[in-house]
Amino acid sequence: MLAIDGTLFDFKRLDLLAMRESAVHRLDPRAKVLTTLVFIVCVVSFGRYELAAMLPFCLFPIALLALGDLPAGYIARKVLVVIPFAVMVGLFNPLFDRQVILQLGPLGIWGGWLSCLSIVVRALLTAAAAIVLVAVTGFPAICVALEQLGMPRVFAVQLLFLYRYIFVLTDEGGRVARARQLRSCGNKGMGLRHFGPLLGHLLLRTWERAERIHMAMLARGFTGEMHARRRGRFGAGDVLFVLGWSALFVTFRLYNFPQLLGMLLLGS
Amino acid sequence: MSHHIVEVKQLRHVYPDGTEALRDVSFRIHHGESVAIIGANGAGKSTLLLHLNGYLPATSGTIRIGDHPLSKETLNEIRRTVGMVFQDPDDQLFMPTVFDDVAFGPLNQGLTPALIEQRVTDALERVEARELRNKPPYHLSGGEKKRVAIATVLSMLPEILVLDEPTAGLDPRARRQLMALLQDFHHTRIITSHDLDMVLELCERTIVLHQGMVMADGPTLEIFGNETLLAACHLEKPFSMQGCPVCSPKAIRRLPKPQPPLVPPHGDRQHDHAHHLHDHDHHDH
Amino acid sequence: MHMADALLSPAVGGAMLAATAGTIAWCSSRVPRDLDEYKVPLMGVLGAFVFAAQMINFAIPGTGSSGHIGGGLLLAILLGPHAAFLTIASVLFIQALFFADGGLLALGCNIFNLGFFQTFIAYPLIYRRLAGRQPRQSRLVLAAIVAGVVGLQLAAFAVVLETTASGISALPFKAFVLLMQPIHLAIGVIEGLATAAIIAFVHRARPELVESTLAGRPLGSLPIRGMLAAFALAAVLLGGVVSWFASTQPDGLEWAIAKVTGDTELPAPAHPLHHTLAAIQEKLAIFPGDTGQSGSPAPDNPAGRIDNGLPGLIGGLVTLATAVLTGLLLRSCARRA
Repeated sequence: MLAIDGTLFDFKRLDLLAMRESAVHRLDPRAKVLTTLVFIVCVVSFGRYELAAMLPFCLFPIALLALGDLPAGYIARKVLVVIPFAVMVGLFNPLFDRQVILQLGPLGIWGGWLSCLSIVVRALLTAAAAIVLVAVTGFPAICVALEQLGMPRVFAVQLLFLYRYIFVLTDEGGRVARARQLRSCGNKGMGLRHFGPLLGHLLLRTWERAERIHMAMLARGFTGEMHARRRGRFGAGDVLFVLGWSALFVTFRLYNFPQLLGMLLLGS
Repeated sequence: MSHHIVEVKQLRHVYPDGTEALRDVSFRIHHGESVAIIGANGAGKSTLLLHLNGYLPATSGTIRIGDHPLSKETLNEIRRTVGMVFQDPDDQLFMPTVFDDVAFGPLNQGLTPALIEQRVTDALERVEARELRNKPPYHLSGGEKKRVAIATVLSMLPEILVLDEPTAGLDPRARRQLMALLQDFHHTRIITSHDLDMVLELCERTIVLHQGMVMADGPTLEIFGNETLLAACHLEKPFSMQGCPVCSPKAIRRLPKPQPPLVPPHGDRQHDHAHHLHDHDHHDH
Repeated sequence: MHMADALLSPAVGGAMLAATAGTIAWCSSRVPRDLDEYKVPLMGVLGAFVFAAQMINFAIPGTGSSGHIGGGLLLAILLGPHAAFLTIASVLFIQALFFADGGLLALGCNIFNLGFFQTFIAYPLIYRRLAGRQPRQSRLVLAAIVAGVVGLQLAAFAVVLETTASGISALPFKAFVLLMQPIHLAIGVIEGLATAAIIAFVHRARPELVESTLAGRPLGSLPIRGMLAAFALAAVLLGGVVSWFASTQPDGLEWAIAKVTGDTELPAPAHPLHHTLAAIQEKLAIFPGDTGQSGSPAPDNPAGRIDNGLPGLIGGLVTLATAVLTGLLLRSCARRA
């Protein structure tokens, strides 16, 4: 399977997950977007060497995953792909930061290793929050929520159009790439001499499609402005969701619960 | 009845690159008529359709829709009157959900939310797609997309429906369902298609375009009976009028001698007809 | 090339998010005025095109590896800077949400790095100047390569600045620069070549698509001077943030500078927000003393102090287990409901 087909599959899967019915799915998208933002800010505001203190934050994505009845394995796989990237950027830390700042029994741990691991955990937490947000909200609803929160209409419309046509164009791009692959007689790479015309053709077809879409819009009375349909009220439940989680995040941020717990368990 | 007629007079269109897509097209369609516009690829069908709601300006000639001549001032009214269903539903369904898409036209008309809701419900009901209302378009099948695309136009309460290749890309069952829907509409219908069997069933009148000119305009059956005309315009009789390829004497003469093991001497005729129709559908894909 | 949440401090991430939001708002107000309304669907569909194109790889000549286009320059050539910026921003937004490319906080940085420099610097100041009105093939390729290189060099440098200012990565400024710039020189050449290959094809098939934007004024009615002013403003904003945070918590930047000058003293990480939070923490502490002496290496630990990591490790594992159990419990509740 080509990478492009896999991407399309991912989009469809996440989109279908967002169409499920559950208490978290029914929340106002704005509540979920705001809570996720608070979550991310709290997580990234941790100091460089903090590791254990960040762990309670995994409760948020896990809780939404459970309440939204999302497939844990699939979401986990999607989140885990950030690890190589995070390790790549964090791997320099042990090279430059070799001071022992943590003693684990007989093992002295360099600050660099700690901060490297901290980077990985941050990456996992923030990625999990973003992907779970999409899976319980759906991309179009997130766009509408952001628009209600002040994003310019032009950009919201752009995001919605982009999202709609990703499905059409990855499909089309996939067909083109497959057609080339099948006739390439095992030649893996495509040279620039073929890449230009291949993508150029796709671009021209894309342009023509845009012209047809515009025709279809005009035919239905489009006059240059996209009208929005009002939807959803920010109810008491939504307020509770935002405030409740935010309070929890701030508490997690202020108190190092794993540390306290560990000291309690070790009786120290 | 002067209402809801479509009148095209000496329409000519030349594209910027010099291609003369329409040379001299004139016809008049009355209220409630169902008319097919057929022709080979490049005959000018699509160009003609794009004139009917003013997307392309005529190089010369006039178009009247109902009581209004097509002009800048009447453009909005005419676009509401003429509901245009495009060939590729992916071009027509650009909103996040089916509901948003069907509501796009009414929203542009500035209707109240309650009225929009009503229009959307009615339109979806009309195309038997009520249960699709909250789905995003990319999760629909080809037939569903087509029906929803028609609903996006119906919600604007058009008086004239213009459909470009409505059955293209549909499987036989979806095609059948769509044809049954279209048969029930009381709108004035203008349909372009290569699916001449559908034309035979849905349209009592047919206009044949060839190289930007009207070659014939008359009752569908009469036109499909005129083989010289069809051949001159690079068209073929609909399959249902060609007779069974196995038993019709003429067809047998045209076909290569059947190999005895492949075709039983007294084959099941009905089976063969059905098979042929099926084949045709695949060509459309 | 993508900046990641994990490398950013809230101050830098927030400032770049604000700068990007400002640019988006500005472009959003320009686009409807500058462009035909038909570009509404065009921008959306071209965004989807870039998205798909990024997944189609080509072989990089002479290396055996493969690459793909970024698309910022291509979009600018087809749409002009404002619409291109919005379009590339929307593509990056979707990638951040669906593929965790970078993350949401880093989105500001990523849009700015990969969008702003290509569409507002490389395209108007380099590409258009070099390509001219009626470009020949060779001019077009040259212009695209130079523009691609300049755009990506600036972007790479911005990544270095943002990372250093955040102080999460321990990579010294100088080493980082020496690592990033040469890599992105190569990537820039490739971006330019690939963009030129596509544009050259389109130019042959439908010259009007490429020439209509070229014939237009470079930045709508906005003169280059105004654009440079906007860029200067963004730079000042960024500089302001960096210096603000350097003054509240000098370690971050000075540490980077110290690294460059050879000073090896271990810095404390720099987080103004952390300090605020730590201050609140002191006030709110339920278990006075506990939080202060927490064995988990609090960032404001004086350098050199060695903590016991065992409680943190045990507590962390128990916390994870508890979270997973809570999830399982919630799920069974949700399913029964």
